[in-house]
Order: sequence, then structure tokens, then C-alpha cells
Amino acid sequence: MIASIVFYIASALLIGSAAMVVTARNPVHAVLFLILAFFNAAVLFLIAGAEFLAMILVIVYVGAVAVLFLFVVMMLDIDFTQLREGFQRYLPVGLAVASVLLLELFFVLGGRQIAPGAMTAHLAPSAVALTNTDAIGRVLYTDYVLLFQLAGLVLLVAMIGAIVLTLRDRHASRRQNVGRQTARSVAETLQMVHLEFGAGVAEGDIIRPLPDPADREPEPERVGGGHAHGGHAHHGPEAR
Amino acid sequence: MGFEASAIGLGHYLVVGAVLLVLGIFGIFLNRKNVIVILMSIELILLAVNLNLVAFSASLGDLAGQVFAMFVLTVAAAEAAIGLAILVVYFRNRGSIEVEDVTLMKG
Repeated sequence: MIASIVFYIASALLIGSAAMVVTARNPVHAVLFLILAFFNAAVLFLIAGAEFLAMILVIVYVGAVAVLFLFVVMMLDIDFTQLREGFQRYLPVGLAVASVLLLELFFVLGGRQIAPGAMTAHLAPSAVALTNTDAIGRVLYTDYVLLFQLAGLVLLVAMIGAIVLTLRDRHASRRQNVGRQTARSVAETLQMVHLEFGAGVAEGDIIRPLPDPADREPEPERVGGGHAHGGHAHHGPEAR
Repeated sequence: MGFEASAIGLGHYLVVGAVLLVLGIFGIFLNRKNVIVILMSIELILLAVNLNLVAFSASLGDLAGQVFAMFVLTVAAAEAAIGLAILVVYFRNRGSIEVEDVTLMKG
């Protein structure tokens, strides 16, 4: 009895907050309604007996994903009024598609029936004497260990991808440019100069003969600044 | 575990999941310019999928559904992270997140 009341309250809140997510004027409010929706979905999971998934939903979604959304919404300086221009224009087609889809889904739900052998053909039958977390742990690390490792791999790829995408070059740092280093030849770095005996060398600056412009292009940097060429290739048009 | 000792059955959960899925798809159509809300709508759709998986798992007494729901949860988190990273990079390059501008990337 009490479970029914909680179910109806939680599902009404879930659907209401989901509707607010897609129609909210302010994206920050949309993210906050998304958090509320996740909480209510966790309540529904609890009623169904999936305590572990309910806690995972609260920790992962509310703690990580929704906060990530909140960060992005608040960090980017976006003109949100401009983004809502087509709201009225897209409303009819959205309503049409949604109502057709809802109708189809209710037809499916009305005509569904569970196959005769489904109640006994269990992939991983839930143990009676164990708690939900215990039972999931027993099948997750034995029968579904490949799925578990695959989930870890997906997360690793996502983490590396996010870092690679958002990592910004610091142009102030002088890093080693290996390609440029190995492309240098002796001819453009070393020059033999024959001096007259007793003529002496001008202090501080060796007088060099100018290279012939016909056979080699001029060196871009000065002799004294030989190490200050890190990152010439990185100067794109978006340099800060 | 399961729906014993309560009047709530599998059908209730399936109806909630269906409405949630339809709301997510409606959100994609409605906020066609705003990528952030589109990503949130995708999260809602995946939440509906998880709700169905958990409901069937509890109704049939089979834990495989909950394990698969955990996998869906992982994929949804990874998708949100990558999507938001792409969004940040795109905003840094163009100064807006309008979906219509993305077609400029076709070259």
C-alpha cells in the first residue's frame, strides 16, 4: 500500500520534472530538473528492489553527470535567448511525432504478453537469501566479467577522449620539437670560418659572410636564440 | 526482490518508461538549436531504457537485466562526457553552440 503511494508520487514527479527539462526556459533550471528526475528514478528503482542500481544512479548521475552538465552550462557564456528562437516553430512537429510514438508504445504495451518459458528461463536467477548488491556482485564478477571489463574500457576511452579534446596548448611553454630537431642538417647549423692569423675576431659577434640567397633560404632565428624556437608549428590562427 | 506484496506491477513501470522516452524524443525535436538540452534529452531516453530493464529484471526475477542496466549507465556517462567535451571545444572555436552552425564543418 505504502509502496503504491510512493510509486505514484515518484513517477508523477519523474514525468513532471522530465517535462520541465525539455521545456525549461533557463538551461540551469533544466539541469536542476534533470537532477530531480534522476532522484525520482532512483526511488522507482528502490521500489522495484534494485537498491544497488538506485544508489549508483544517485552517485553517478547526480554526483557526476548532472554536475558536469551544470559546469558546462555555467562555464560557457551562451546567449540562450537566441537558442530558443525556433521553439514555437518546432512545437507542432515535435508534438505530432511524440503523440504518434506514444500511441504506438501504448499499442505495444496493451498487446504484450510474456512468453511461456520466460518465467523459468533465467540467465542469472536472483537469489532469495542475498541482498541485491550481494547478488549483483556474484554474477557481475563471474558470468559478466567480460561486460564489466568492457565497461571499464569504455570509461577509459571516454576519459582519454575528453582530455584530448579539451586540452589546450600553452604557447608560452618552450617544448622540444623533435621533428624540427631531426630535420636539421650540419650544413645549416655549422659553418667553418677561415680567419687570418693575427687579424683577430670582433668581440662578441663573429662576422659571418652572408649566405647566398640563391641556394638556401634564410634562417628564421638569430644565432644567439638557438633554443627559442619551440612550437613554431603550433601558432594557429586561434592563438590567444 | 520483485514486486511481491505490492499492487505495483510490470505494466506501471512500462507506462512510466514509455512516457519518459516520448518526453526525451519530444525534447530533441523541441530544442533543436540547443545542444545541451538535446544531450539532456538523450539522458532521459537512456533513463527510460534503464527503467524498463530494471522493471523486467524485477518482474522475471533475473539479475541479467540489472547488470545490463549498469552497462547502459556506463555508456550514458561516457557519452555525456564526450558530448560535453566536444561542445566545449566547439564553443571555444566558434563562440556559439547553434546546431545550424555545425553544418559548416562539412567544408
